[in-house]
Amino acid sequence: MPMLSDVIKASHLVPAHQPWPRAVVDVPVWIFLAEALRDGHLILLGLWGEQHAVHMALLDASDTSLGVVSLAGLQGTYPSVARYHAPALRSERTIRDLTGLQPQGLPDTRPWLDHGRWDRRFPLGHSESLPSQAVHYEFLPASGESLHQIPVGPVHAGIIEPGHFRFTANGETVVRLEERLGYVHKGIETLIAGVDLAKAAQLAGRTSGDSTVAYAYGFSQAVEAALGMDIPSRAVWLRALMAELERLANHLGDIGAICNDAAFSLMLAHCGVLRERVLRAADVAFGHRLMRDRIIPGGVAVDLEDNGNAALRGLVAEIRRRFPALVELYDNTASLQDRTVGTGRVVAELARQYGAGGYVGRASGRDFDARRILPCSPYDELAFDVPVFSEGDVNARIWIRIREVENSLSLVDQILDRLPAGPVRIEIPENTEAREGMACVEGFRGDVLIWLRLCGQRIERCHLRDPSWFQWPLLEAAIEGNIVADFPLCNKSFNCSYSGHDL
Amino acid sequence: MRKLLFGSLIRPPLTEPPPRVSDAAMEELATSIDKAARRRLGHSLSIRAVDAGSCNGCELEMHALSNAFYDVERFGIRFVASPRHADVLMVTGPVTRNMEEALLRTYHATPAPKWVIALGGCAHDGGCFAGSYAVLGGVSKVVPVDLHIPGCPPSPTEILKGLLALLEQVKKKGRVP
Repeated sequence: MPMLSDVIKASHLVPAHQPWPRAVVDVPVWIFLAEALRDGHLILLGLWGEQHAVHMALLDASDTSLGVVSLAGLQGTYPSVARYHAPALRSERTIRDLTGLQPQGLPDTRPWLDHGRWDRRFPLGHSESLPSQAVHYEFLPASGESLHQIPVGPVHAGIIEPGHFRFTANGETVVRLEERLGYVHKGIETLIAGVDLAKAAQLAGRTSGDSTVAYAYGFSQAVEAALGMDIPSRAVWLRALMAELERLANHLGDIGAICNDAAFSLMLAHCGVLRERVLRAADVAFGHRLMRDRIIPGGVAVDLEDNGNAALRGLVAEIRRRFPALVELYDNTASLQDRTVGTGRVVAELARQYGAGGYVGRASGRDFDARRILPCSPYDELAFDVPVFSEGDVNARIWIRIREVENSLSLVDQILDRLPAGPVRIEIPENTEAREGMACVEGFRGDVLIWLRLCGQRIERCHLRDPSWFQWPLLEAAIEGNIVADFPLCNKSFNCSYSGHDL
Repeated sequence: MRKLLFGSLIRPPLTEPPPRVSDAAMEELATSIDKAARRRLGHSLSIRAVDAGSCNGCELEMHALSNAFYDVERFGIRFVASPRHADVLMVTGPVTRNMEEALLRTYHATPAPKWVIALGGCAHDGGCFAGSYAVLGGVSKVVPVDLHIPGCPPSPTEILKGLLALLEQVKKKGRVP
């Protein structure tokens, strides 16, 4: 039964929202949808707020249709979704921190991103000034015989982003892990409100540095959807090319880094070389190693020239030559397999419930890839597999990446073979109205969701939802019962974004 | 594995010069860091990375310094796990208010003499995040900075250049007490 489209049809449809519908619903329907989330008929894709409204992006599990439902005209409160559906919890704590809206019945009322250190409260709401004062944060209790706590972070031992992990352990075994994030909150959604498209694209591309292409891609698509723009097909293909290069670079880096966290540095050394080759080829092809600011609303900022094309061809050939030996090395090293197989297991039911995207979901049987489920050009014309494993352990998350490296190599080849000629950019048309657009792009980590409302040529509100929102909570579940020493391994196999999550 | 290891023995190294004429900038960098680093620090410079709100782009390029192409450890420069072992704090990001205290504590945990490098555009003045309620707008707002390395993110080569500049500066001014 396609529940979502029925509900949306029966509700007040918001005009000028593209490409998927948005409907304003009343409170009973909102609660009905929250219950449908709990019962598994719907998947939560995103939940965000404004001063007087709250929006929920949903995916219907039966027909993979997508839509946004909203409660409008709110006066300070709305019924909590997390009360019915736990994956909404951190989003709702964030909505409260940023907009001041109180989710009624929220099971956990502790602040999330607001550590009490900003100079104001509710920056996306009525924004009251408040002297900065750190507040005490109560971690969840764990009781039992001979338990001890290990606080880790926010400054970690490696070159990693900051976040706090509170372990409760019994001897070496982790009994509970609780994450506390928000340390890199920069206020991106407040900064982006009111700025022009160029500045907004820049901010969106700096939400998470490793996914700068995915964010710029999603943001530009959302703008183009809102304005009804058709961009040149060469630009469409070049965007996909950059997205696949970003996926390659990150997956290669991750495969090496995960093995390194199991003290197998040989893989890191070899994968690090391949990753560097991707970045150098990207630099030749698009003029920036991470391809930052290369995708812009209206197309792409640089065209691919002959030398770039040759660099990418050479890159694909080189990785094809070197990578199989590394896969074999991974697969045949018993001491390494001993660390990764069966470690940090995420059960399929949790991955489904949380709508976990990317390798985290696909390693636990969730067959979702935005390139396949929500196909848009050029992916609808390209041949690629979406690997899915059911084991849900560190090993499975590595194998997903290995298979995706192989797929991305093939995709780069296919794109280069069929790259259409023509211009790579068009001008942004005049616009004086309020229009809304959204996009869902498969970054290397999972699906990045962008929703925005334009007013004229300026952004009025933009929500950037990182895949990590629905992966971080699963890390807490994955580590339970594992030993403390396996945490770096589990954490790296998730490789969640701190900056993308904290915004 | 044996095949891979053997291959590494007979293949020329990927590590880019010191002694390669074609890449002049890199060569200049490599030899000068080596000389200056040796003089000042007896062969070593230990760096503690602190992310104070970066988007993670700078961290990616910091990681790249350790790959076979740049192999920063050949100069005696290495990243360490604790500020207590560090000579240099390499700080990224516009310094979020939520990270201010952690940065200060890391700074105080680093034994003198010490230097602070602000890495990337954000660490210089907040970059495109300047003016937000949630950021302070640059590392120098919280701790004294000896050197800014610009870029978004700076490439590994630029980071190496920056390390060299720091060593030169220190040679002139002496260590920060």
